[in-house]
Amino acid sequence: MREWVSHSFEESDEGEVSLVLAGRLVIASAGPLDDELRALDRAVDRVDIAQVGDIDTVGAWLVWRLARDHGAAITGASDTAQRLIEAVRSSASTAEIAPPRLPVFERVPEVVGLAVTNWGQGLVQLVGFFGAILISFWGIVRRPARFPMKALVRQLELVGVNSLGIIGLMSFLIGIVIAQQGAVQLRQFGAEIYTINLTGRITLRELGVLMTSIMVAGRSGSAFAAQLGTMKLTEEVDAMRTIGVSPIEVLVIPRILAAVLMMPLLGFFSAVLGIIGGAFIADLALDIPFFTFLTRIQEVVPLHDVWVGLVKAPVFGMIVGVAGCYQGMQVKANAEEVGLRTTMAVVQAIFMVIVLDAFFAVFFTEVGWD
Amino acid sequence: MAADLHTDEAMDVSLMGEERFAGDYAIVVDGLTNRFGDQTVHENLSLKVRRGEILGVVGGSGTGKSVLMRSIIGLQHPAEGHIEVLGHSMTDVDPDAQIGVRSRWGVLFQGGALFSTLTVGENVEVPLRQFYPEIRDELRHEIARYKVRLSGLPEEATSKYPSELSGGMRKRAGLARALALDPELMFLDEPTAGLDPIAAAAFDRTTRVLADTLGLTVFLITHDLDTLYEICDRVAVLADGQVIAVGSIPELLATDHPWIQEYFNGPRGRAAKASHERAKTMDTAGKSGN
Repeated sequence: MREWVSHSFEESDEGEVSLVLAGRLVIASAGPLDDELRALDRAVDRVDIAQVGDIDTVGAWLVWRLARDHGAAITGASDTAQRLIEAVRSSASTAEIAPPRLPVFERVPEVVGLAVTNWGQGLVQLVGFFGAILISFWGIVRRPARFPMKALVRQLELVGVNSLGIIGLMSFLIGIVIAQQGAVQLRQFGAEIYTINLTGRITLRELGVLMTSIMVAGRSGSAFAAQLGTMKLTEEVDAMRTIGVSPIEVLVIPRILAAVLMMPLLGFFSAVLGIIGGAFIADLALDIPFFTFLTRIQEVVPLHDVWVGLVKAPVFGMIVGVAGCYQGMQVKANAEEVGLRTTMAVVQAIFMVIVLDAFFAVFFTEVGWD
Repeated sequence: MAADLHTDEAMDVSLMGEERFAGDYAIVVDGLTNRFGDQTVHENLSLKVRRGEILGVVGGSGTGKSVLMRSIIGLQHPAEGHIEVLGHSMTDVDPDAQIGVRSRWGVLFQGGALFSTLTVGENVEVPLRQFYPEIRDELRHEIARYKVRLSGLPEEATSKYPSELSGGMRKRAGLARALALDPELMFLDEPTAGLDPIAAAAFDRTTRVLADTLGLTVFLITHDLDTLYEICDRVAVLADGQVIAVGSIPELLATDHPWIQEYFNGPRGRAAKASHERAKTMDTAGKSGN
């Protein structure tokens, strides 16, 4: 389909060299011709394009560039060719395609410096964001009629009810893994019965809430960031402000509240499903009857384990909600930033949850809830 | 009953045009029907775009102007009908076989649709890279540079990101990308919407100059009456899911379809016409003065 353009040299009696181009001088044939023209090593006084058939702006550009570089004259141009050559001549430019990149040894310090200053600014902005939330919250407390009840219920459904399936399934499977793997190890000491203690305490105290927070961060925290980020881009948030509606009040508070309120319920639900998973595998593989397992749970798990889980859950919910909403509200420029902010929301939430969980573990042991 | 009457009128006008036209067509749409669910957007729509003309496409909101464009460029698969672009069928062939013809048109979307993570110059390079990977970097940069200027942007805009440009400049950057492959056919979707009158008039001039210089056929969707008067050779009117009339503006005014009459003889239509005529008389006055 592609026809290549050809070039040849003609020398006149006076010793003038003409480069004769023939064929289709279009973008499809430009690549090879460009290579050939760049490799030219003899002077050219004239560029003859009388035998050129079709020509487009790329062809015209090549002819003009050749004539410019060799100081040659263009002859035999058709009306179309002349028009195109004139168009590209007047459009010639030396601009950079992309902003120049700094050399590596300057770029690395720049990136590091930016990261540090951004981190500092981020901290200030985060404090500011907390302040804005507290102010809005106080405003709602003083005028409860303004409370965005519908939005809250909607978020409770999205964060809580809709995630019951996936969180239940995940916890059930984790319960199975803990009981089964625990039993394999404990069997070596003939202490297989302690599988029940292991499953009950670890799900209620740690894993139920922790795994739920990670799931909620991935499911809802990311959704918060992406939703708010897109709303910022489409100027919906600005529109709310001009109407006098506080975006913190109608967008952020319902989401954070939903996460805070739903986390204890989901965490407890997760722990229960984990125990059921453990009981299920114990019944199948360890010869511990299902209901015996559940009865033993009541005896071996102290009540404060339930409290440990329930105290941590709203804090983790708060972290997930704030991280998601904060990152979403920081979006300014483009679609790429929505993606970056969403990722950051999830990563920060999970990281902070795990760090705080470590603190909680030490704290509760120290206060005697071991 | 009324609808039948309109179709008859459409026939008359377009037939009048066709008898005088001997050249070939860049786009032939025949019996196009588009449905979304049970909502019919186009019903047996037919339209022919002549090679080398600027065809303005007008119609009320929701009459399917953009859907028509999307059908022609293959983004929307029509329920029925036949579409031929530059001699290639767009409806009978599978998408892979359309690659060749895809490099022969350029599209300017309503919002510019620039890739936001690339600079203007890099945006122009995307189609070049895609279709002509054998072109080496230097030539590709050179092409991108002059294409940016050809579309009326200043040199400095080449290395800027779309978010750093004004609305009018973004449209021009979109135009530069649409021009990247030296297309024969350009689709412009409301190019002057959202521009100030000066920028809009300048954009119209650029379109006309480019069409004349590069020999483009232009399929131009617009609501801008000034654009219609200033640069369009013919205008196609979409209503009731069909092209109810095609012709030059005087030809359209000769029909008595109420929508066409209201469109061109409403307050805005009259203002655009008056300014067009004023510009023409000033032009001739200037010429005779010299």
